[in-house]
Amino acid sequence: MLTKRIIPCLDVKEGRVVKGIQFVQLRDAGDPVELARFYDEQGADELVFLDISASHEGRKTMVDVVQAVAAELAIPFTVGGGIHTLDDMKKILRAGADKVSLNTAAVNRPELITEGADFFGAQCMVVAVDAKYDQDCGTWVVYTHGGRVKTEWKVLDWVKEAVRRGAGEILLTSMDCDGEKKGFDIALTKAVSTAVTVPVIASGGAGGASHFSDIFLEGKADAALAASIFHYKETSVAEVKAYIKDKGVYVR
Amino acid sequence: MIAIIDYGMGNLFSVSKALERLGEPYLITNKKDEILLADGVIVPGVGAISDAMRLLNETGIADVLRDYAASGKPILGICLGMQLLFEASEENGGCRGLGLLPGTVVKIPGVTNQGEMYKVPHMGWNLLQLRRQSPILKDVEEGFAYFVHSYYVTTKTDEIILADSLYDVCVPAVVGKNNVFGTQFHPEKSSMTGMKILENFTVLVSEGVSLK
Repeated sequence: MLTKRIIPCLDVKEGRVVKGIQFVQLRDAGDPVELARFYDEQGADELVFLDISASHEGRKTMVDVVQAVAAELAIPFTVGGGIHTLDDMKKILRAGADKVSLNTAAVNRPELITEGADFFGAQCMVVAVDAKYDQDCGTWVVYTHGGRVKTEWKVLDWVKEAVRRGAGEILLTSMDCDGEKKGFDIALTKAVSTAVTVPVIASGGAGGASHFSDIFLEGKADAALAASIFHYKETSVAEVKAYIKDKGVYVR
Repeated sequence: MIAIIDYGMGNLFSVSKALERLGEPYLITNKKDEILLADGVIVPGVGAISDAMRLLNETGIADVLRDYAASGKPILGICLGMQLLFEASEENGGCRGLGLLPGTVVKIPGVTNQGEMYKVPHMGWNLLQLRRQSPILKDVEEGFAYFVHSYYVTTKTDEIILADSLYDVCVPAVVGKNNVFGTQFHPEKSSMTGMKILENFTVLVSEGVSLK
């Protein structure tokens, strides 16, 4: 039986991890490699690096970061942010990332998912979806450009289309729950997880260990991602795992 | 020196970096002479098996690997690279494999005998159940390994299955016969358990004894 995965997410800007300010015991709290090693030792099952560089130089630096992390880490990791072309994917995957995550670029040009899946295999292709509930539609709608642009896509239609085109995994962020720390979006995650045949990573809203057992047991998530609660030491991956194991969730 | 086979597919970087961590010299190559001179060979791979076999056949590497295996020196296939070692696959209408191990590669059903659906690919950490002793599993304790695959090996030759994992079906996870080994999971991404298996392979390589 597969274990449920806990995935810390690290924001990287111009080659440095931002928002990781509570890591005082580390020599350099902004170093992606040190943080990656720290989470690996805590029992993280996977890592996601989100490149939020604004500049072209920052993106180039990300390739160096990926190489350095791949040289250190014996667990899988995904890189997202700023990947718009097959060439972008090649650079990141050849530098040693296991998967790339596409968001806005996939909505703008869904063929990109297929191009990547044909070249590297569907298992490399994560499609990240920013979802927000829409009262008028009575369902969740897809947003792009970091949540700034509302699209025509209903989430359930888009995830099915993304999988049909070769997505091997869905990284599902609830914009309604993100930052609230009141728990993951169970209804959204369950709806998506039962609609597609590929694994779904729930994201947005984690505030404590009980939220993780809820999203696995009720939300049918295959993995759960969180950033701030791990970065700011509100809890640790090891603590979350111990708690949810006790609740009957199968973990590594 | 271990030759990592470069046939145009697969994440060579993660395997090569894992060997660097173990302090094992390696060469990424598609050249016949270099492959045959190597003390050990790793066949990596992600993607579709039919594309991989086509590339191996077109470049002549398929025959080189058969010769290499016949020499008795250790060879390790990882993920798709393990599936390539078998006789045939039914992926994409079917194709023949290298035929170094007996068995066929088939799709994970995605539905249980009771009609319950489950997800394919088999992606994530699964428990490795040790079945048989082998030098490749020396000092490896039961632990978790990282899998990503939609097809799995079926074989009537049970004794080649050294470890397996349950994902509705019984997935052969570590296979081996004489000098030919394979892991369905990614040892280079499977933390301590995976690194120990890779280390065991490098020991076989450095011992330089024919296992045939």
